[in-house]
Amino acid sequence: MDTTILLFLLQDGLTNGAIYALLGLALVLVFAVTRVIFVPQGEFVAYGALTLATFDAGRAPGTAWLGLAFGLAATASELSSERRRVGLRRLLQSLASTTAVPLLAAAAAFIVAPMRPPSWISVLLTLAIIVPMGPNLYRIAFRPLADGSVLTLFIASIGVHFAMTGLGLVFFGAEGVRARPLSDLVFSVGPIPVTGQTLFVYAATILAMTALALFFGRALLGKALIATAMNRLGARLVGVRTEMSGRLAFALAALIGALSGVLIAPMTTIYYDTGFLIGLKGFIAAIIGALASYPVTALAALAVGIIESLASFFASNFKEAIVFTLIIPVLLWLSLAHGPADAEEGH
Amino acid sequence: MNAPLLEISDLHVAYGKVEAVTGVDIAVAEGAIITVIGANGAGKTTLLNAIMGVLPSRGGIRFAGEAIDQTPLESRVTGGMCLVPERRELFSGMAVEDNLLLGGFLRTRVERAQTQEEVFTRFPRLKERRRQLAGTLSGGERQMLAMGRALMARPKLLMLDEPSLGLAPRIVADVFEIVGALRDSGVSILLVEQNARAALRLADHAYVMELGCVVMQGKASEMIADKRIIETYLGGTHNADLA
Ligand SMILES: Nc1ncnc2c1ncn2[C@@H]1O[C@H](COP(=O)(O)OP(=O)(O)O)[C@@H](O)[C@H]1O
Ligand SMILES: [Mg+2]
Repeated sequence: MDTTILLFLLQDGLTNGAIYALLGLALVLVFAVTRVIFVPQGEFVAYGALTLATFDAGRAPGTAWLGLAFGLAATASELSSERRRVGLRRLLQSLASTTAVPLLAAAAAFIVAPMRPPSWISVLLTLAIIVPMGPNLYRIAFRPLADGSVLTLFIASIGVHFAMTGLGLVFFGAEGVRARPLSDLVFSVGPIPVTGQTLFVYAATILAMTALALFFGRALLGKALIATAMNRLGARLVGVRTEMSGRLAFALAALIGALSGVLIAPMTTIYYDTGFLIGLKGFIAAIIGALASYPVTALAALAVGIIESLASFFASNFKEAIVFTLIIPVLLWLSLAHGPADAEEGH
Repeated sequence: MNAPLLEISDLHVAYGKVEAVTGVDIAVAEGAIITVIGANGAGKTTLLNAIMGVLPSRGGIRFAGEAIDQTPLESRVTGGMCLVPERRELFSGMAVEDNLLLGGFLRTRVERAQTQEEVFTRFPRLKERRRQLAGTLSGGERQMLAMGRALMARPKLLMLDEPSLGLAPRIVADVFEIVGALRDSGVSILLVEQNARAALRLADHAYVMELGCVVMQGKASEMIADKRIIETYLGGTHNADLA
């Protein structure tokens, strides 16, 4: 094997690794704030990619309807949990927070899709459709269980994963699709060709991570999220609603998922169930970071991407096996270093 | 006279089937320090947590003229109640400054900056340690941070659960002095203490709790003068066998 191939593999691995890093960070964030191990993270990737591809084909995506349905279900869940009688005003207020954005996004999708909009408009519409699904999903499936154990939440999470995969099949069918690249640019650095799309991946990853770092380091709302993760009761006592933190964490996770989907849609063929495997690789990185460390997770994700890429060249049949076997020594090391994981330490 | 700021009537709080607070009535007048004293295990913490909404309860809780027994904890914070809990519940992995900042989560940026200055004036120690992680503070400093964080919310009613717990006597005196100064600045205070003498010296009105019930109440100045009360309910032997 020559250096050209190695460089090519490294570049490929780094590109995928960047995506895994984003997903891993989302998993760490969601777990820290809500104690949910967010299995459906990958579904947001698939939904993002498939929604974008549907726009490219000139059609309005079925996820627009699904987003609306999620919004209405979230309002139903929210209002049914309230002990007081619900007035019209409260109903409208709830709809505004759950259904307004999905409604606008769906309307825009149906008007704009047949006009074959430029890529960036399709991307924005995709995000507007997918992102609100995150907080609404939290409200429907996880908020009612918020006092449950990590295991209860995990089981709910698996349920949501299967439901979303099934809905993906309904709305997108079993065929794989690829979206148009955001740019047709190709140039070479030394011997390896670099596409505009990979540059987008790097730029978006760096941008997203910087934005997250600023959000958590500077913004009051970001600090409120960390506070909820650190001490739920303490956060409630200063007036930070657990529900608000949960919704925000899920919105960020959905945003990261949909963004990843949009970025990889032009690079690989995506099926309704592709998201799970992609999310799982982000999950490996998050586990290596012990579901707690953002920097370790990001680095581990890059390593996972590179190992996967090398494995696909040297032993392509075992590519996934090699990647997932990685987790065993890591778990061993973690359990030896920290003793049995105590995820329930609660407040 | 005006209606009290906080009015508790026939409050019951249970852990599972066991009632830890049974039919308590308490009132906090505006601008006063009210203290609830009693031995370890009497139900003082349970009472405060129920008033704040940390624990569910049965009975009447009226605050600033409104029934709030069905209101969630966070809305009670919005309404102007604030609790410094027994375990402090600080954000230990965050800087002192960020803990304070979050205390003012519901306030505007201007209010936060202003209140932070006031807190730093009251607790110069916190200003010195503003960039230090809360988890690395000493017991006294943690208590000051917990009170500072609560003040950042600009509460109408501040509830303190054993602010003297685990502190050296000199620091206890400081803390009590600050509580007195807070009352003088217009904050109403509900103070729960095991340190009965210090609490009675500071308070306007006092309630004595025993086994989940209020067994006695009165003007703090009269109670502290009555040696019998101190001995019966707060004296050494009684304390020791419950502790
Ligand atoms: N989380 C809990 N679960 C069950 N019982 C509790 C719990 N917390 C306190 N208790 C019981 O409730 C009673 C009152 O406790 P507490 O309110 O902490 O008293 P105090 O603050 O006056 O020391 C005690 O008998 C205690 O054992
Ligand atoms: Mg107590």
